[in-house]
Amino acid sequence: MSRRVLDVQGVSAGYGQQAIITNINLHVDDQSITAIIGPNGAGKSTLLKAVFGLNQHLGGEILFDGRSIFNARTADLVPMGISAVPQTHNVFPSLSVEENLDIGTFAAPPPDARATKAKILDLFPDLKEKRSQQAGELSGGQRQMVAVGRALMSDPKLILLDEPTAGLSPAYLEIIFDLLLQVRDSGVAILMVEQNAKQALAIADFAYVLVNGENAYEGTGADLLANDEVRRSFLGGSAAND
Amino acid sequence: MIDFINFYLIPGLTLGSIYALGAVGISMIFGILRFAHFAHGDLMTVGAYAALTAVWVLGIPALAAIPIAIVFTCLVALMADRLFYKPLRDLPTIYTVIASFGVALMLRSLVQTFWGTDSEVYMTGFQKPVVLFDIFRVATRHLQIIIATALLTLALHLFLSRTQMGKSMRAVADDPALASVAGLDTERVIRWTWIIGAGLAAIAGVFVGLDTDVHTNLGWNLLLPMFAAALLGGIGKPLGAIAGGLIIGVAEEICTYPVFGESLISPSYKTAIAFVIMVLILIFRPQGLFKGRLM
Repeated sequence: MSRRVLDVQGVSAGYGQQAIITNINLHVDDQSITAIIGPNGAGKSTLLKAVFGLNQHLGGEILFDGRSIFNARTADLVPMGISAVPQTHNVFPSLSVEENLDIGTFAAPPPDARATKAKILDLFPDLKEKRSQQAGELSGGQRQMVAVGRALMSDPKLILLDEPTAGLSPAYLEIIFDLLLQVRDSGVAILMVEQNAKQALAIADFAYVLVNGENAYEGTGADLLANDEVRRSFLGGSAAND
Repeated sequence: MIDFINFYLIPGLTLGSIYALGAVGISMIFGILRFAHFAHGDLMTVGAYAALTAVWVLGIPALAAIPIAIVFTCLVALMADRLFYKPLRDLPTIYTVIASFGVALMLRSLVQTFWGTDSEVYMTGFQKPVVLFDIFRVATRHLQIIIATALLTLALHLFLSRTQMGKSMRAVADDPALASVAGLDTERVIRWTWIIGAGLAAIAGVFVGLDTDVHTNLGWNLLLPMFAAALLGGIGKPLGAIAGGLIIGVAEEICTYPVFGESLISPSYKTAIAFVIMVLILIFRPQGLFKGRLM
């Protein structure tokens, strides 16, 4: 029986008093990948920011591990066990790879930082040999690994990823998605926004389609991939085209 | 050659050390709070007068009064931040820059009110120079200032590269938005930036007093070369600022060296050297001499 890590109940949020998302319902089970897809401007990133306390909550309730985090501050969420990776500017360019990872432990020190770092470097072997290199000198894909690695350093229960494959080559996209599956299997729940909807649904345990700031469809990744309406509107083709 | 070292290089390094310690704060405040702190020179003045009071009241030598100067100057800087800079934090930085001009004037006026406008010295009388290998004659205070600056540079490097707060400061300088996403306490980082910047300014202020005298324009007069030093090292990079300070200090002194029996430039023009260097950097290498941020 899976446990609910995150429960978003009828949340409206935005900037100032302007709601961008209204009455959103969503949940994330532990050790699962949940994807949010939808057209540009659907409010996907706004939803992620709302969960992470980065914008104005206007209504509803957000439960993390059964506790309300509605209107909680970002600085308090990291020690509770949530970390986030923004879409762009997600590494500290002048800090080394290893220092970037260290930053992840400052707000919420894991029980054994050394062991956690070793585990993460095992997960991202590319980073191991570049640990003393400045993060700004890395390729886009490697930077994404540093960003996810930094988020994992605090030993979170849930990580929020905003378009982890944006701007990456198809080869790197596969590598990153493969890593996300490994992260999930190591016991971390993932909530991610993705533009590469087809690939995202293929690895997602559960997914939501957002349109105009509201819930449109939801289901397992496989269900949504098989849903003709979803395919036509959001995945660029019908089931017969594959 | 010996004359060059005794009368130009060593005084140049001394002056450069003072610029360097002041420029570190300017550079770090720019890197983390993202504004040019024009009250930094006057923080030096506050430090110099705090030490003067300790010298008068406790009868201790100026060097021993440095810790008192540091604590007092840090408190003044933290209070200025709380009262005048923090309320403006979310506005465009030009507001904070102008506010720092105001703080500079206030600090100077307060110093004049409490300590008067006369020049003072930490100690009177003549100090015998240190003679090394029978040929180098170096003033004790110059040696103290240069060695102390070298040790402080090493300590600053270790702080920024090894400690949690040092890495957090570099992270905030790199990307403040990402730093708060990572859960770093930005306000705590800002407090430490003031503590380090003001602490080093206080030390620099006492050094100026040791080298010459203590007067109310002491820090303000050094603001231009300190900004030039910070720019030369690449603004936002404290260790670059130290190199920049040393280069400008030495350049100011050696430009008066008599090459063919006469000085290249009249000593009265030597303060213009910092200005010339600053303009040249802004035109040809605005990113400064060094790569990277806050290191």
